[in-house]
Amino acid sequence: MTAVTLRAATRERPGVRPGVWAAGIALSLIVLAAVAPGLLTDGAPHESDALMALQPPGEGHPFGTDAIGRDVFTRIVYGARQSLLAGVGATVLAVGAGTLLGLLAALGGRVADEIIMRLTDVTLSLPTLLLALLVLTITGPGTLNSIYAIALYTMPSYARLVRVQTMVIRRSGHVEAATSLGLTRSRIVLRHILPNAFAPLLVLATIEVGTALVAASSLSFLGLGARPPAPEWGAMLAGGRDYFSVAWWVAVFPGAAVTLTVLSITVVGRALQRRLEGRDR
Amino acid sequence: MNGDPLVEVEDLTVSFGAIEAVRGVSLAVSPGECVAIVGESGSGKSVTARSLIGLTGEGATVGAARLRVGGQDALAFGERQWRQVRGTGIGYVLQDALVSLDPLRPVGREIAETLRLHRAVPRAEIDGRVIELLREVGVPEPELRAGQYPHELSGGLRQRALIASAIACDPELLIADEPTTALDVTVQAQILRLLDERRRAGTALLLISHDLAVVARLADRVLVMKDGTVVEEGPTGRVLTAPSHPYTRALLAAIPGEHSRGTRLSATSGHVRPEPRRAPGEVVIEARGLVKDFRGRRAVDEVSFELRAGETLGLVGESGSGKTTVARLVLGLLESDGGQALVEGRTWGEMTARQRREARRHVQVVYQDPLSSFDPRFNVRRILDEALMVGGVPRAERRDQALLLLDQVGLDGGVLERRPRQLSGGQRQRVAIARALAPRPRVLVCDEPVSALDVSVQAQVLDLLADLQAELGMAYLFVSHHLGVVHHVSDRVVVLKEGRVVETGDVGQIFTAPRADYTHELLAAIPRLDRPSEQAGTAHLVPAARPRPTTEAIQ
Repeated sequence: MTAVTLRAATRERPGVRPGVWAAGIALSLIVLAAVAPGLLTDGAPHESDALMALQPPGEGHPFGTDAIGRDVFTRIVYGARQSLLAGVGATVLAVGAGTLLGLLAALGGRVADEIIMRLTDVTLSLPTLLLALLVLTITGPGTLNSIYAIALYTMPSYARLVRVQTMVIRRSGHVEAATSLGLTRSRIVLRHILPNAFAPLLVLATIEVGTALVAASSLSFLGLGARPPAPEWGAMLAGGRDYFSVAWWVAVFPGAAVTLTVLSITVVGRALQRRLEGRDR
Repeated sequence: MNGDPLVEVEDLTVSFGAIEAVRGVSLAVSPGECVAIVGESGSGKSVTARSLIGLTGEGATVGAARLRVGGQDALAFGERQWRQVRGTGIGYVLQDALVSLDPLRPVGREIAETLRLHRAVPRAEIDGRVIELLREVGVPEPELRAGQYPHELSGGLRQRALIASAIACDPELLIADEPTTALDVTVQAQILRLLDERRRAGTALLLISHDLAVVARLADRVLVMKDGTVVEEGPTGRVLTAPSHPYTRALLAAIPGEHSRGTRLSATSGHVRPEPRRAPGEVVIEARGLVKDFRGRRAVDEVSFELRAGETLGLVGESGSGKTTVARLVLGLLESDGGQALVEGRTWGEMTARQRREARRHVQVVYQDPLSSFDPRFNVRRILDEALMVGGVPRAERRDQALLLLDQVGLDGGVLERRPRQLSGGQRQRVAIARALAPRPRVLVCDEPVSALDVSVQAQVLDLLADLQAELGMAYLFVSHHLGVVHHVSDRVVVLKEGRVVETGDVGQIFTAPRADYTHELLAAIPRLDRPSEQAGTAHLVPAARPRPTTEAIQ
């Protein structure tokens, strides 16, 4: 019997897959671009040259130039910060608020639970983009406002997850043990319930950063997020739309940047999930 | 049928990769004979049994000088031949009937499948035969039960259904792997009787168990296994009365019960009698007519008792008797629907939140499953640190205090940075005890603290609890379904049945002159070493089963 268990325990851990490696490298480059864009390109994102307008990808301009002669590659590199900030910012905000609401719903009694859960039901029943549009119509367009709007409609799913996790964990043996040890309620919630409820959330949040990033780009594309001439991928995609038949590169490369970022975040997030779940088993 | 062994194996070796789980085991079982393999977890007893039906699993290498099943050379068997042997030649009964039965099929269909696969009876007679089989294994209302799902049946009925499925094709050999471990004593007694009937009808029986007392009742011959080898082998009576191997002696000495009261169970430090128990002091915990309902069903009904300082009160009952609910009511973790639980004279209800925390400090718990009682993210250092904080120990002194606590429960500082998951069952329970001691409690509620442990580890933990009580003078509320354990530790005993107190009294009175019929029934059901088998009830083995002075440690 022991032999069987031992065998299972010593079985080699599967190594990191090549796909995960590639995603990790891509993600590192994107983060580097967001932190220090000057390391990846010599140009400036707003530097325009009317004579070089709509140049196809080639020497000097690996991704070509846009309608007023700005280097697409340089703008994509500089746009990474905007896009990542929007994705990460909206997610952090949503996770924070969602955790708080979820805890409150699970531990704050029946009335609090009913109110919070019905509110999340309402939010979840609205089409996501419609809700964001509604918020932005009220607050006016802008990067920060679009982050709030995205956070608002992603928050309910976190609140629900935290609520369910909390309800399970508060009935678990170790919380009962902590109670009978004589710990204060606040300590039990902060030290024993919250951290354990939070672990699965972290994985979900990592993957959701990608979704939030797409949402932020979509809002910019619609002219409600970052405004031109800011180098933002969604806004660049919108700017390139009009020239698509003559200069595909103006729209395709920002689009590809969004896709690559979301893809690598998702792949890394899933790998993280497998690791964590494997350890928990 | 002739007297040749049904199964015969010589020099069996099973290894998983580099690990040898079984080394050089030889055994033979003849018709109408019961052979038992006894050992603790990891001794290789189950692997040995499984290799007799070709079920050692992936990655196992099985070697033997000789392996004959039903007169055929089984070393050359392919999967097809093994399938033929299983079911028709050899029936296999597993420990946990709940996981061994298909949860999505009525039990009758499960049994019918065996009959169909092996074409044991004509198709038209299958349904009738299923009912007949269920009746044979003593399932009441077999027509009704055949249509029920495993989760609708009690543990005893599930085990019977599993046995019915194993004997469906009338196998000549029945292998039972811990067939009664998960069951209450009265149900256990019924299952053992059932197995005994099969054996008398001529079926050979191979019994796997960690419990020498269970084996004593049925087996003709016993093999004691340890670390993959057979350390002792012989007729049951001889092995139990005159064991030749120190490990067998240690195993026998580790069995708690009447004979072991006031002595040490583990051989590690001789058997010094702990200091004489002090005279019981004032009442520390009192239950006054406690009532608790769960969904309209009364789980606890008018339960009253007192626990005095320094004494041990045993709370004994079968599963579903409400003993754990009583413990949780006493701990203030559940609100009662009637009656009161008092801690040092005050009810949980009248205390403020702060007073309740203070009271909890004085009443600590040790659970059956220590692993689930620890925060999975915490290592031993943090677990103890938190408990010491509750006890009011300043941060700077906690590390030293933690080391002292570990020393008190027989662990060294090396475990501090490890997580409970990385510790053995016995070590985990020691950590749980250390945590419970940290706030310097006056009462320790022990909820089945040794039920998940091997008998030798159980012995060490019971000894530890006895030492701590002698040293610190704590009162114990000891909840257990195991009568031997309760007999060993308790001063007074409360017997629970279906939420009601059946009987309360001194341990001597309860176990020697019980007043209630139910207590009689419980006591009669305990498998005991002094009743090796019912028909041969002449051999009284009690004297030899008493702990002998041994110097060998149990690993």
